[in-house]
Amino acid sequence: MTSRLDARFAACAAAQRAALVTFITAGDPDPETSLALLKSLPEAGADVIELGMPFTDPMADGPVIQAAGLRALKHGQTLAKTVAMVGRFRESDAATPIILMGYYNPIYIYGVERFLTDALAAGVDGLIVVDLPPEEDEELCIPALKAGLNFIRLATPTTDDKRLPAVLANTSGFVYYVSVTGITGAAVPDYSKVNEAVMRIKAHTALPVAVGFGVKTAENAAAVAAHADGVVVGTALISVLKQSLDGNEAATDRTVPDVAAFVAELARGVRGAQRVRGNAGTGALR
Amino acid sequence: MKPEKLNSFRTGPDERGHFGTFGGRFVAETLMPLILDLEAAYAAARVDPAFTEELQGLHKHYVGRPSPLYFAERLTEHLGGAKIYFKREELNHTGAHKINNVMGQILLARRMGKTRIIAETGAGQHGVATATACARFGLQCIVYMGAVDVERQKPNVFRMKMLGAEVVPVQSGAKTLKDAMNEALRDWVTNVHDTFYCIGTAAGPHPYPAMVRDFQSIIGTETRAQILEAEGRLPDSLVACIGGGSNAIGLFHPFLDEPDIEIFGVEAAGHGLDTPAHAASIAGGKPGVLHGNRTFLLMDDDGQIVEGHSISAGLDYPGVGPEHAWLADVGRVTFLSATDREALDAFQLCSKLEGIIPALEPAHALAAIQKLAPQRGKDHIMVLNMSGRGDKDIFTVAEHLGGM
Repeated sequence: MTSRLDARFAACAAAQRAALVTFITAGDPDPETSLALLKSLPEAGADVIELGMPFTDPMADGPVIQAAGLRALKHGQTLAKTVAMVGRFRESDAATPIILMGYYNPIYIYGVERFLTDALAAGVDGLIVVDLPPEEDEELCIPALKAGLNFIRLATPTTDDKRLPAVLANTSGFVYYVSVTGITGAAVPDYSKVNEAVMRIKAHTALPVAVGFGVKTAENAAAVAAHADGVVVGTALISVLKQSLDGNEAATDRTVPDVAAFVAELARGVRGAQRVRGNAGTGALR
Repeated sequence: MKPEKLNSFRTGPDERGHFGTFGGRFVAETLMPLILDLEAAYAAARVDPAFTEELQGLHKHYVGRPSPLYFAERLTEHLGGAKIYFKREELNHTGAHKINNVMGQILLARRMGKTRIIAETGAGQHGVATATACARFGLQCIVYMGAVDVERQKPNVFRMKMLGAEVVPVQSGAKTLKDAMNEALRDWVTNVHDTFYCIGTAAGPHPYPAMVRDFQSIIGTETRAQILEAEGRLPDSLVACIGGGSNAIGLFHPFLDEPDIEIFGVEAAGHGLDTPAHAASIAGGKPGVLHGNRTFLLMDDDGQIVEGHSISAGLDYPGVGPEHAWLADVGRVTFLSATDREALDAFQLCSKLEGIIPALEPAHALAAIQKLAPQRGKDHIMVLNMSGRGDKDIFTVAEHLGGM
C-alpha cells in the first residue's frame, strides 16, 4: 500500500514542485483553536503537516517552539488528546499526511505498542522523534515501521557520509535535512550549501529530501524549494500565531486567518520556485 | 529487593551505554557524531599513561588530593553505634567533589582540541569547578544556570564571574537545573565544532555516566586504601547523598563487588515523600527518558517532567544517573531519603560536634547516618562521603532557622 506521504510527495514531484511541510504544536494556543488551525492548513497550501507533541523539555527547540509547547501544556494538552486531534482532522481530510513530531518520553510513558495502535487508528502517517537516533532504533523506530507507520529521520550537517547510511537505513517517508547545526528557529542557512547537502543525501537514498530549520519567509521557502523535495516551516509559522494572541496569550479572531494567510504566502513561494536541483549550487537557473 | 546474583556489578555499561535497561544515547542526530567522537577520545585517553599522569599531577598539586579519611569521633560517640568516618571531599579545591570530574573532562577537551567549554549548574558548585579549570587552562567558559538558581546562589555566580566565566541565566521552562541542562544541550547542538560539554554529574548520554563515574571513582579508590591503613580492613557500610549521583557512584563503585558491604544512597525527600515537593526520583519516580538517558524521573501521567524540590539546590534535579537506577533495580544499593528538616538538623549537629560545616547535600547523608549508626554495633565501620562544604549554604540555613 502506498502511504499518504509517498502519494503526496509523488504528486508534488509530478507537478514539478517541492512540497510545503508546515509545523504547528498540538493544543497551541488552546485545543479548539489548534484543531481549527490544523483543519485550515491544507486549504491554505500545506502539503504535509507536522503536528508537534508538546513536551516540558524540548532540548532541540528554540524559544518560539518551546513557548508553544508550554502554552499547549498549560491548556491541558496530553499525548492522548494530540492523537485524538488527528482523528478529528481525518473526519474531513483523508489525503493530507500528518506526522507527529516530538520527544520520546511521553510516548514511552503512554506505552509504545498502545501508542502505535492508537496513532494508526487515528490516521497518523509518520513519526519524527528528535531524541531517538539510529542507535536507539529498537525503542520505537522498528516497532513503528512494523506497525505500518513511517519513521522520518533527521539528517544534519554533522551527519557525514560515513554515518548517513546508518541514519537512512530505517528511514521512510522522507528524509528531513536540518540545514543548520542548532535549534529550531535558528539562523538562516547558506542556501548554496543546501543544494550540495541535498545532493549528498540523494546519493544515498531514493527518498524525498525535505529541508528545514531557518526558513522564515516566502523568499527563504522559494530558495529552499529550488533544491529540495520539501520545505519545512515551523518557527516562523508559530511566530505568526503568537503575534495574533492577546495579552493573556489567548487566541483572537485573527489567529486562524493570520496563520492561514502566512501559509498561503509560503505556498506561493514554494510553488513559484525555479527548480535548480542537480546543478550543485551556483544559481544556474534554467 | 534481594540483590541479583551477578558475577560483577562493575562491568557496565555495555558498548551501547546501557546499565541493564537504563542509560543509552537519547540525543538529537546533530549531537550523535559528537558523542561518538567523545566516546572514542575518552577510550583512548583512559588507557594512555600520559593522560593518567597529567591528571594525577593536577589532583595532587592543584586539587589537593588525596583528601583525608577522617574518624568522626564525637559524632560516633554521640550516636553510640557504628564507627563513622568522613571522606573529606569538601577539602578539595573549590570545596566539593565536583572538581575531580571537571579536571578529567577539561584535560580530555584539551586533547580533543576543543577551545570552548560549556557547563550546566544548579547550586553553582559544578559551575565554579568548571570555571576554575577553564581559568587554569585559559579556555573560554560558558555556564548555564537557571534564572531562579542565579538568584538563590549569588555568591557562586560572583565566583564564576571572577574566574572569567560567562554565566547565562536560563529563562526557559522552570528556570532551574533541568532547564540549564536543556539550554547547554541547545548550545552544544549549535556550536558543534569547537565546543566541549562538561556535564557535572554521572548522567546524560553515554559515555558521560561512565566517564564521570570513572573520574569520581578516585573517591572510593582512595577510601579503600585509607581505611585499610586506618583499620586494617574494609568498611561495613558506605553512605552518600544522591542528586544526579556523581559523588555517590564515585565512592560506591570500587566497592560494588564486596558482597559484605552495605551501600546506602540518600535522596532528597524535600517536604516529604508523601508530598509533591521532593526530589527523590528513585523512591518517587518511574523510568523514563530525559537528557540523553533512560533513568528514574519525576513526571506526571503524560510523561511531562515535573520539578524536584529540595532545600539543597544540588539535589533538586528530577532525575538520577542511570547506573544508580540500575543499582536500585538489581538491589545492590539501598536507597533511603531525608527531608529538608532532617538535613537541617544534621547540618547543625555535624557543625557543632565535628567543627565541619557540611554542604546541605551531604547533610542528607548525615541525616541517614543518624538513623543507621545507632542500629549498628561499635565494631561496624561506616564511611560517609562529605561531598562538599557548607559555606555556600549558610544563608539558606540562616533563613530556615530564623536568622540564627
